[in-house]
Amino acid sequence: MSRDPAIEAVEVSRTYELDGVSVPALRGVSLTIGAGDYVALIGPSGSGKSTLMHLLGGLDRPSGGRLVIGGREVGTLSAPELARLRNETIGFVFQAFHLLPRTSAVDNVALPLVYRGVGARQRRERAAAMLGRVGLGHRLHHRPNQLSGGEQQRVAIARALVTDPTVLLADEPTGNLDSTTGAAVLELLERLNVESGVALVMVTHDAEVAARARRRIAMRDGVVVADSADGGADA
Amino acid sequence: MRLAEAWRVAWDALRANRMRSALTMLGVIIGVASVVLLVAIGTGTKQRVEQQVEGLGSNLLLVVPGRLDVGSAPALSPLTLQDVDAVGRVVGDPNRVAVTVASGATVRAGNREDFTTVQGVLETTPTVFAREVARGRYLTGSDVDTGRRVAVLGNSVARVLFPDREAVGQQINVAGVRFRVIGVFTPLGQSLGVDRDDEVHIPVTAAQRLYGTQRVDAIAVKAPDRERIDELGERIVAELNGRHPGTEFSAVTQEQILGVLGDILGILTGVLAAIAGISLLVGGVGVSNIMLVSVRERTREIGLRKAVGARPRDIGVQFLLEAVLLTSVGGLTGMALGVGGALLVAALSPIPAAVTWWSLALAFGVSAAVGIVFGVVPAQRAGRLDPVVALRAE
Ligand SMILES: Nc1ncnc2c1ncn2[C@@H]1O[C@H](COP(=O)(O)OP(=O)(O)O)[C@@H](O)[C@H]1O
Ligand SMILES: [Mg+2]
Repeated sequence: MSRDPAIEAVEVSRTYELDGVSVPALRGVSLTIGAGDYVALIGPSGSGKSTLMHLLGGLDRPSGGRLVIGGREVGTLSAPELARLRNETIGFVFQAFHLLPRTSAVDNVALPLVYRGVGARQRRERAAAMLGRVGLGHRLHHRPNQLSGGEQQRVAIARALVTDPTVLLADEPTGNLDSTTGAAVLELLERLNVESGVALVMVTHDAEVAARARRRIAMRDGVVVADSADGGADA
Repeated sequence: MRLAEAWRVAWDALRANRMRSALTMLGVIIGVASVVLLVAIGTGTKQRVEQQVEGLGSNLLLVVPGRLDVGSAPALSPLTLQDVDAVGRVVGDPNRVAVTVASGATVRAGNREDFTTVQGVLETTPTVFAREVARGRYLTGSDVDTGRRVAVLGNSVARVLFPDREAVGQQINVAGVRFRVIGVFTPLGQSLGVDRDDEVHIPVTAAQRLYGTQRVDAIAVKAPDRERIDELGERIVAELNGRHPGTEFSAVTQEQILGVLGDILGILTGVLAAIAGISLLVGGVGVSNIMLVSVRERTREIGLRKAVGARPRDIGVQFLLEAVLLTSVGGLTGMALGVGGALLVAALSPIPAAVTWWSLALAFGVSAAVGIVFGVVPAQRAGRLDPVVALRAE
């Protein structure tokens, strides 16, 4: 839909070395994520979804192929450059929330701004505003252990979006939540996708959830077996 | 701003594990406290020795057979009273020349006795060494010339032998020979654990007869002129070499004595500091260890920080600061304990202690450096963690 894709992967592969044995987790994946996309990534466990998400977010480097994030070729970037690219263009939401314990919601949300060099006061202002947008304006100074699971994931979503990224990568974001709470978190993600135009790539096991996405990518054994953007049938 | 965050995180981490942090600091605390305390004692002792050597009187030149050196054994003296006269001629004033022939002896008065140093001396001793008599009088030239059996007691000796009587005018018995007490010295106090008032002066002539010898152990000269003191020493040594071919003599000034004593104390202080340094090293290894534990415990936090944009350096600095903070707080605590200990030692024991600024600066610098040195490896390990692996950690 837009001219410059947010992420472009061409024949990307990723092989893990485990005790001298090569485990091919991805075997040549090609896809593009456009600005504002809403993509559901589906496939059986072990098919390489998380591996792909890590690569798309610049958290890991491909073993082969070409990966371009935000116009920058990952293979050519140094570790600090890649860190900066993550900070500026990617927001991660994990199944396990990964909030810092003993740290207030607002400081958790402000964390990515620390590494962007934003001053303390502005960090807090922006983090508080973001928490307001995810419906937690009244929980600024609560610590993770004082929040429910759904609230914790909302804090994590606020943290992912506080830097205004172009892509939000959510790996089974509702996997640790009951269905009602999960549905609310999902609605929040969809709303933010529409409101702020951040591309949303979400791993899910739930066919109903996948059906709501504008695009579905199905994986199996480290390859993409179906991508609805190609006009192919859903897996 | 990243640095401020790193400080804050480091501080939070230490506070979150108060007990563990305190135990880890213990090695550094003990190391720094002992450095400060031992250096204070070394410095205090050195200062006191200097004061006392200077307190002997100014422009002193000590003439002894052999070499004045660390570790050289004292030679048996070939010097006699004729040599003393010759030295007096070289100096140009016999009143500036003092001698001693010393021996340990038991001194009795009635049923009381004291083992002390009995020194045979000339009447010039008070002039050369700035000694004062509190009561009675000192030896005279005629006492020395006639070998009269008279004695001047150090203050402690007087108190031991005559606890409830005036010593002056009493009879004492030195190695079986009767002497009359004619004076008592003004107290000098302790020096390096030695009671300087534990001595008895008698005429050198009487002492030689008592010990059955013609020798004198050492000659002391109060040089008339500070500038030419070294030259005077050389002339004296040349004169003595002429009189006793084949024997070596040394003429040493207070500066040289201080230099030698300073060397000894310096070595001593160095050894003590090295022992304290080992304790710091052990403390540092503990810091390294606990930092590795900290990195392991916070692996997921490291992964998350990297996911949101922390560079390897940001993570490394964070853990390095934590290590430095740990050792610096330990260092400050150790400094406080060391200073307190030094004040206590100085107040409650005869051991002198003087806290010096450089030892505090050194101790703090070293403790911070220990943090850097022993924090680098854990910090690097944290900085290099693969974020994907880190996020998956338990
Ligand atoms: N760090 C790793 N080391 C070795 N093998 C791995 C590692 N991470 C994932 N794998 C393997 O790669 C394959 C894909 O894993 P993953 O991407 O987590 O799948 P999914 O998220 O779809 O369940 C699996 O076979 C998994 O065992
Ligand atoms: Mg997965």
